[in-house]
Amino acid sequence: MSSRKPYVRKRYWNEPEMGWYERAYFFEVWRGLRITGGVFLANLWKWMTGRKGALTAYYPEEIRADYAAHNRGKHILTQRPDGRPQCVACNMCATVCPAQCIEIDAAFDPDDPAHPKYPSRFEIDYSRCVFCGMCVEACPEDAIRMLKETPELPGFDRGRMWITQDELLNWQPRQDVAKPYPVTPARRPEGTP
Amino acid sequence: MSPDLAITLVYVGYALAVLLTFGAVLTWVERKQAALMSDRIGANRAYLRIPFTQVKLIWLGLFHGMADGLKLLLKEDFKPITYDKLGYALGPWLAFTPVVLVFAVIPFGGTLDPGRLFPGLADWFGGRTYPMQIAPLDAGLLVVFAFGGISIIGAMLAGWSSSNKFSMLGALRAGSQMISYELVMGLTVLGLILIYGTVDLTAIVQHQSGTVLGFLPAWGIVYQPFAAILFITAGIAENKRIPFDLPEAESELISGYFTEYSAMKQGMFMLSEFIEIAIIAALFTTLFLGGYNLPWLTDAGFVFPGGTAIALGHGWVVVIQLLTFLGKVFLLCSFQILIRWTLPRFRWDQLLSFAWRFLLPLSIANLVVTAVAVWALG
Repeated sequence: MSSRKPYVRKRYWNEPEMGWYERAYFFEVWRGLRITGGVFLANLWKWMTGRKGALTAYYPEEIRADYAAHNRGKHILTQRPDGRPQCVACNMCATVCPAQCIEIDAAFDPDDPAHPKYPSRFEIDYSRCVFCGMCVEACPEDAIRMLKETPELPGFDRGRMWITQDELLNWQPRQDVAKPYPVTPARRPEGTP
Repeated sequence: MSPDLAITLVYVGYALAVLLTFGAVLTWVERKQAALMSDRIGANRAYLRIPFTQVKLIWLGLFHGMADGLKLLLKEDFKPITYDKLGYALGPWLAFTPVVLVFAVIPFGGTLDPGRLFPGLADWFGGRTYPMQIAPLDAGLLVVFAFGGISIIGAMLAGWSSSNKFSMLGALRAGSQMISYELVMGLTVLGLILIYGTVDLTAIVQHQSGTVLGFLPAWGIVYQPFAAILFITAGIAENKRIPFDLPEAESELISGYFTEYSAMKQGMFMLSEFIEIAIIAALFTTLFLGGYNLPWLTDAGFVFPGGTAIALGHGWVVVIQLLTFLGKVFLLCSFQILIRWTLPRFRWDQLLSFAWRFLLPLSIANLVVTAVAVWALG
């Protein structure tokens, strides 16, 4: 009467192609157990002989080794030869900062007529910093730069996630391509630019 | 207090301490082993701080189990509005108690002679010796299966009385699965009973104390390797763990038959699952791995095939036997965890057809072969 094809139930899964060896189940289970057991014993042996048997990095204690070569994670302030910050507290970095995480208090230094304005407080809130590097680009004095290190970010308290001026100023380069500093930092004589 | 009672109380205390320790430590072992198997570190953050100091005891994350237990104890004990409050309250206990009770008939050591161990008490004990087993029953193996049957009731009751569709589905699955695999388990063990001619677990273990062919230990796994594989498979299925965790099936049934349980009631189900790992390992050890027997260890010390003998005192032999049993049980627990973290789960229809169309014929075949061999070899 009707020439419709008989209803065939739709198969939602792939039909496995297995011979008797796979169907016997035991051999394949044994193969799987050998693989996982081998990994387990190898890792156990590594741990027992004082090595690390895991790919995981202990996060706060350990900095992962695979940061990119162009990663820039920590700000520093460059210094004049006498050790004072190069920064003239112009606030351009704080203005351009998209995260608004740089805070600068300017102060007046009557002893240095060439750079009478200096930062008395220069702090960055690392809980908000997005590490975009715009502060570095905005700086007219090459006073702020970013290093490849990563800041010690994790903490239990937002208030402790600020990097202070002291910490920003402890960058002690042996040599700096941009600024050939004299070997012995000395205060320049009055009047020289 | 009679010496019999004292010895039994000591055994019961030992058994409970061992089982609860296994239950607690296995949660940690499971996490750590799973982590090592997948190149991870595993739980390592919980610590105990020694008061008034900054010394933090981490101990490879061993205290995560304590933190979990504390959390389970302090959580809100949520109760569903159910028509069967009694059944709901009984569920965890019926799942937990039979699992622990099975250990009563498992011999965890050889013969204890307390008079020799404590010479001061020799008069009180009067030279009596005790097999290291809480209940030295003639029907040991039958008791094991009887209690195994009761734990089905716990799972079913928990599921039925929760008034939840997920729980009910889980309970139905648990019931059918456990009955199916109980059958397989019983049939595989029949082969051993044929060989040893007894269901008394103490006698079964004593049968396994010698050696075969001069070098192989006379363990059940040597006589019945096939039954050993079937037994551990059915045992894991009894325990409702992956790859047989259909009754709990987190991705389908939330937690299956104990979905509606919270706080320590849920903890009882978890704990009974972990203790059952140890129980299955202990049963497997008793039936197939010679129980507390080490090769060439006798009651007088080691007697090696070459003729060398190391004499050991009774205390040392007892300690070695206890440690041997615990070590075998622990290795088997680790093996079960290895299986749990290796194999993917069955589909429900595969699970039942695996039991009825694969394992059951195999176990019957094993039984027939064993029967013929026993008949032929006398």
